[in-house]
Order: sequence, then C-alpha cells, then structure tokens
Amino acid sequence: MLFWKRTFPLLLTLLLGITFTAQYYVPHPASESLLTEVSVWGQIISGFAILLGVGSLIRSHYVKIKRREAGWGYSGVMFLSMLIMLGAGFWSGGKTEGTSFGWLYSYVFVALQGTMFSLLAFFVASAAYRAFRARTPEATVLLVAAILVMWGRVPLGEHLISGIGSVTEWIMNVPNTAAQRGILIGVSLGGIATSIKIIFGIERSYLGKD
Amino acid sequence: MSAFIGLSSGETPALPGTETLMMRELQLPRRHAGVFFACLVWGLLLLPVVGRAQETDASSAPRLEAFDMPGDAGDSIGLRWPVLTTESKTAVYRVSLSKEQTGAFTPIAEFAATTHYETDISGPWWVWGAKRKDVHFFQVKSTSDFRLERDTTYFFQVTFSDGTESLKSAIVAAAPHANLLNWAKLNNFGILVAFGATLLVSIRRARVNPHIFLRRIPGLDAVEEAVGRATEMGRPVLYLTGSGDFGGSSDPSSLATIAATVILSDVAKRVATYGAELRVPHRAPIVMAVCQEMVREAYFAAGRPDTYREDTNFFISGDQFAYTAAVDGLILREKPAANFFMGYYYAESLLLAETGATTGAIQIAGTDAEHQLPFFITTCDYTLIGEELYAASAYLSREPVLVGTLRGQDIGKGILLCVMVIGTVAITLGEIFSVPWVKTLFQLFNDVK
Repeated sequence: MLFWKRTFPLLLTLLLGITFTAQYYVPHPASESLLTEVSVWGQIISGFAILLGVGSLIRSHYVKIKRREAGWGYSGVMFLSMLIMLGAGFWSGGKTEGTSFGWLYSYVFVALQGTMFSLLAFFVASAAYRAFRARTPEATVLLVAAILVMWGRVPLGEHLISGIGSVTEWIMNVPNTAAQRGILIGVSLGGIATSIKIIFGIERSYLGKD
Repeated sequence: MSAFIGLSSGETPALPGTETLMMRELQLPRRHAGVFFACLVWGLLLLPVVGRAQETDASSAPRLEAFDMPGDAGDSIGLRWPVLTTESKTAVYRVSLSKEQTGAFTPIAEFAATTHYETDISGPWWVWGAKRKDVHFFQVKSTSDFRLERDTTYFFQVTFSDGTESLKSAIVAAAPHANLLNWAKLNNFGILVAFGATLLVSIRRARVNPHIFLRRIPGLDAVEEAVGRATEMGRPVLYLTGSGDFGGSSDPSSLATIAATVILSDVAKRVATYGAELRVPHRAPIVMAVCQEMVREAYFAAGRPDTYREDTNFFISGDQFAYTAAVDGLILREKPAANFFMGYYYAESLLLAETGATTGAIQIAGTDAEHQLPFFITTCDYTLIGEELYAASAYLSREPVLVGTLRGQDIGKGILLCVMVIGTVAITLGEIFSVPWVKTLFQLFNDVK
C-alpha cells in the first residue's frame, strides 16, 4: 500500500521530471511529439477533474441550503443559474452563434465579468490612498515615484512640465526594471531549486506525511 | 600569430607542421617558444571569433552557401553569401527555391540589400562562431505558401538586383535534418548542472552540520499570530492557493501553487491545534483534491482528526472573476479574522486583498507574480516576495535537508551577482574607452548567460 501511495508517485515524478528536463534540450520531432502527447493527457485529466469540481460545488451549496446557513439563498441562485446555463447549452446543441446559450454567455456572463473587472479602478484608488499616505520614508518615496509616473503618463503632464515623460521612462526602465529583475532572478533560482527538490523526492510534503 | 588572425578565408590555411617551420624561419629564441605556443593556442581559440577578415566580394555574383540549420527539428535551412560592393539602399536580394536543380525556381523572399546579416543571428558563438556584418544571412522556413519537408534536398538561388543589373548566384543545395541536441542550449544545461550540483552539495553539508542561519521572514513568523487571532475572535481562517494549477512546465503558476499547498499544510496543522475553522476555496479541481488530502493529513498530524470537515476545501469556479466575486462575498459575509493569499495571482489579486483589508483581517500574502506584488504589499500586513514563497517549506519545517537548499540558492545568487558586476564593468569600460576586446569579451559573456 505504501508503495502505491509513496514510492510509486516519487518514482513517477523522478522519471517524468528527468525525461521532460531532457526534452527541453532535444529539438527532434520525436521529442516534440512526446511533449504534445503528454499535454493531451493533461487536458484529458483536467477534463475529468472538472467533475470533481462540480461535485464539490454541488455538495457545498446543497449543505448550505439544507442547514439554512447564512446566505443560503445565494446557493439557490447558484443552482438556478447552473440549471439555466446547462439547459440553454443542451438546447443550443453547444453552439454559441445566434443561440440562447450564446446570448446568455455574451450578455450575462461576459457583462458580469466586465463588472467585476471594472471594480479594479475603485479598488486601486482606495489601495493607493492607503499606501501613499506618507507616514514612513518608504511610503514617501512610493508616493513621489507614483506622482512622477502618473504625471508623465498623461498628455497634460508633458504639456505642463516639459521632460516629465523622460523622468517617467527612466523610473520605469531603470529602478523599476532593476527591482523586477532582482525578484525574477530570485524566483528563477527558487523555482529551479524547488523543481530539483520535487524531482529528486527531497521535497515530498505535498504527498502528505510518512 | 597575427598572420593567422588576419588570414582571409579566401587564402589557403597553414598546413599541420607549418608552425615549426615558421619558428625556424623567424629564428625564435627557445625561451620564447612557450609564449609562442600559448599565443598559438589562444589564437586558434579566438580564430572563430575575431579571425575571419573582411570578405567583401567585389566580383560579380553572390557566392551563395546553403546549409542545414543547427539545433532544430529539421524545419529550416540557412543561406549565406558575402556582401557585394555594389550594394545600395535601393538594391534588393531575391531568394528562390526549387525542388529540382534544373526545375523552375519560385521566389520565396525579397528584401533590401542592406538588411539580413549574420550579425542578426541570435545563436551563441560556440554554435555560430564569429557573426559577421559583411555576410548576408537568410533562414528559409516553412510558410503558408510552401512547406520544407525534412530530409528532402532543396535547391536555392539568390538574385541581386539594383535596377541596372541583375546578378544570379550559382545554384546550391541543402536538406533540412532533425537534430538530436540543440547545442545553443549548452550554456543553459551547464548552468543547470552546476546549480544542481551546488544544491546537492549544500544539502549534504546541511545533513552534517544542520545549524544553518536563516534570516527572519516576518510573513511566516506571523502565521502563528494570525491563526491565534482567528481562534480568539471565533472567526474562520481563509486560505487561498491562488489562480494556478499543476499545469506542467508551460504553466508559470505550477511551482507557486505547489509552494502554496505546502504552506497550507503547516497552516492547517496550526488551525487544527488551536481548534479554529479553516476555509479553502479553489479555482482548480486538481489543486483542490491535493489540498483536501494535505489538510486531512495535517489534522491527523495535529491529533485532531475528529475536527476535520470534508467541506474545508471547496471548489467555486474555474473562471477568474466568478471565483473572485464568490471569495469577495465570502470575505464580506463570514469576515475571516486571517486571510492568506499564497500562490500565483493575476488581476484578481487587488480585488481579493483590498476586500480583505476593508474587513480588518490580518492578511499574509505570498506570490512570485512580480506584477501583483505591489498590490499585495499595499493591502496586506505581510508579503512573501518571490523566492520567500519557495523558502517557506524549509523555514517552517526547519528540516536540515530543505534548509540546505536555501544555502545552495544563496550561493547561486552570489555567483550571479558577481557575473553581473563583471559584465556591467566590462561593457561600461568597453563603451567608455572604445576597447574592442572588452566588447568581444562581453559578447562571449553575453552568449553564455
């Protein structure tokens, strides 16, 4: 039992990890088709995994309604929306052009997505207000840099203060890029180290404890 | 030796044994023989880099050469020919292709004569040697109009036209072949092996001497405080594993998601120990399945399997904003006392963290998505920046083997830092003093990176 739960996954990880690390260096079509094949396997597994997700979704909302938990009405809305979308999908034969399913997708689903995304503007404003209160030297630097960047990014800014655009570009291209690259170097090394740890079974906490 | 460096490729190279003859003719003293041979070795090494002299062709037609492109899947052919002295901005080159030497040639590309040089090739020096500005280069690839088939011989001809005259090259042939190795990635492989060896040595040393200093990571130290606060307030702990999946090498979020699940294990153990409530909404069903197993194990490890609830981990939606809306709703309704945002995030990062901030929860974030870091830093109490997320497993467990990898990473960073300083100094001095060899050194250096 322990073999299938611990040893086999570790062996599989080692084998696939080394194979696909080597694949990166082999341009031969056989290597490419191996990668494509495994990607297709991944898509099939993801397809089946959706069933897991839907099962979890239905279970958690069903329990909410059953227990009459706070906000259980929203769970009812979820079931209703799911049924309407599923019904429209089957009714339209999965087609989107000129069908009720396509209409629901374009005029309800996409609109709701757009609404959520547009909230970002207000959230950015409130987060910026909190961050830019110059209470510490670091926050003051952040405030000054933000003002310069914003000033240089609008046409009026360049009109009022000539050359502010160059200052903005310098801030974005030099200190900002340097900091981003510093983070990226750390992330890349950390990523390689984590990969090596997982491939060689040094990091195995994702499999649970022994 | 300078005679070698200045050797034109049109001349006949020196035959083996010629060096001895040259020494005798030049009557070099014996004590200088070592210096001479050292120069010879270095000269031969640098020959491909600086050795090929200007080869501008003042004669008639372009001297065309066709070859299989190195390190590819057998889907392209390279063409090169020396620059003609009669080239001007209005002149053009036309590349034609045929499957038979005597067949009709089909034009496949036409470009200005002052473009497409060997220097445009991005390949490194150990594959391409010195890339020259006086040699034209064109890579023939499959397009929508024609398809290059592997192991099939094709015939090429280049026509130079400047309005007054039209010069055709000789017909040359080449076949694209698939290569087993992409030698251009040799540097990458070398660095991977060196870094991997450093890590394994560090792990071995950590086993012998487990007392390795770890700098404080406040975000991870605050985990205890956050869970304790949630317990005291009788509110749940919300833990998000990000928007990532275990999608393989093409998925930038895979590693961050694995790191997030590892931290979840530790957080779940503390939550179980304190008797608080844990809520883990998911965007990816596979991540959910893994997290369910890890949280269950954590509750067992904490000695509280009876308090584990199957609905601790639950799926919401694979859609970015549907998930965000649902989690925002959960934050506003249940008002968790501690919010953890670990893993990989996209535009939803601020929507989630800002909503959490309005409820007054203690917030700890950790991501390697550098574009989302500013949002987390402004809205969360603690943020694990980039690699700190990966270090969490070692930091929380303090296992010598895992801590050893952190030492290996630091050594890697130190080496990279030195390389960057040397490279920066080299290119700066090269630009200030216009020293060609410094620029050449930088080019060699740049290819190895």
